[in-house]
Amino acid sequence: MATSSNNSPALLAIAEVSKSFGPVAVLRSVSLQVAKGEVVTIIGPSGSGKTTLLRCVNFLESYDSGSIRIDGKEVGYRDSETRQRRSERDLAAMRAETGMVFQSFNLFPHLTAAGNIMLGLTKVRGKSNAEARSIAEHWLGRVGLAHKADSLPAELSGGQQQRVGIARAVAMEPKILLLDEITSALDPELVGEVLAVVKSLAEDGMTMVMVTHEMAFARDASSRIVFMADGGISAVGPPKEVLAAETTNERLRTFLARFRASHF
Amino acid sequence: MGYTLNFNLIWRHFDKLWGGLLLSLELAVISIAIGIVIGLVLAVWYVSAGRVVRTIIAGYVEFIRNVPLILLVYLVFYGVPTVIDLAYSAPTSFVVTLSVYSGAYLVEVFRSGLEAVPRGQLDAGKAIGLTPWQRLIHVRLPTMLRITLPALSNTFISLFKDTSIASVISVPELTYGAQWINFNTFRIVEVYLVTTAMYLVTGYALLFALRLVERRFRAAR
Repeated sequence: MATSSNNSPALLAIAEVSKSFGPVAVLRSVSLQVAKGEVVTIIGPSGSGKTTLLRCVNFLESYDSGSIRIDGKEVGYRDSETRQRRSERDLAAMRAETGMVFQSFNLFPHLTAAGNIMLGLTKVRGKSNAEARSIAEHWLGRVGLAHKADSLPAELSGGQQQRVGIARAVAMEPKILLLDEITSALDPELVGEVLAVVKSLAEDGMTMVMVTHEMAFARDASSRIVFMADGGISAVGPPKEVLAAETTNERLRTFLARFRASHF
Repeated sequence: MGYTLNFNLIWRHFDKLWGGLLLSLELAVISIAIGIVIGLVLAVWYVSAGRVVRTIIAGYVEFIRNVPLILLVYLVFYGVPTVIDLAYSAPTSFVVTLSVYSGAYLVEVFRSGLEAVPRGQLDAGKAIGLTPWQRLIHVRLPTMLRITLPALSNTFISLFKDTSIASVISVPELTYGAQWINFNTFRIVEVYLVTTAMYLVTGYALLFALRLVERRFRAAR
């Protein structure tokens, strides 16, 4: 698995991104590079800006300054200098290149599992219904839900809904997959089935940036872990380094200690 | 009291009531259809518009909701042709009035439905690369429809009953038919009993049909 490589250009390049909600700075000059095939996990206390950063990557949130590029292309703005916002049509096309899985699943309630996956394939990718259906069935098979293709979200468990959510995102063949606390809304016994799917995608070489509180999973599945605090990146490195108990980073040590206390 | 019910005269003129009921339904269906278009367009416009447009749309809604329908009917039928040189029949005039009237109520229903669509669903639509128009058609409207169906049913039934107001400008709908029979036979109790029953049965039939639609949609929650 690739680590932060300096010779190959980064697939995702976040450079000095800042954002404030009124007087509150939620992102303070965040810079992060993610290479193709990397799995980068963002951890940190709530309110540290993890989710906001993730939502800036596919421009669900705008940011005040800095630049975010995917494959060298500026995401939300036509130009990082003039900061002229892209047209809605352009933004839609850019967003189709990133996949996102949400904490609260956000499946379309009126569409079946297959229908949820097919919507983007037919409307955005321009595939025929038959083609989209077969892609949907393929991915539902991958997440272990081949038999639920025609079930509505309301008929699925949380874990099943989230697996459909993952299938919906990856079926679009995104360059990068964003996972926003995707197991936080699940009952503990359903977490495993969802993480297993994420792990198999990582093994396939899918580039992923995920925000999670599953430390054990972060340690096992990530190429690098980013620790965010107060809107900035406080530590970044391989899991063993960042999660080491003897870290000299005061904030990280407090976070990990508090985390261990509440989770074990 | 010496009043004996005698329905014979009612049955003899029943075509006035039956024809009236059909016209009532026709007035309601056409007006509601136009009202739905007005309501949808203005509601979608409202939720994405700036202050000026919002104020204008809210003004229209508030105006209609605070003026009695019967007054609007008079205004459109007698008032408008006096001011501008435009001739139209009583039924046409009423359909115009009820359309504008139902539009105002439906804007409110649709607007609150659109605003109730969870933000997460819109985010999901954005995330897979849908354009704003595609998000509206494939994500926002279907969810809005399911949220608003119960309120819609009530509004539709209410608008159907409002067609009785057309009798004041001599549109021969159900209430007008009842008045005609009353004036010509003086069987006031019988004719209004029968007419009431006809409104009731039709209203219930409509409600039943709409509940079936609701259930179909609710199954798809």
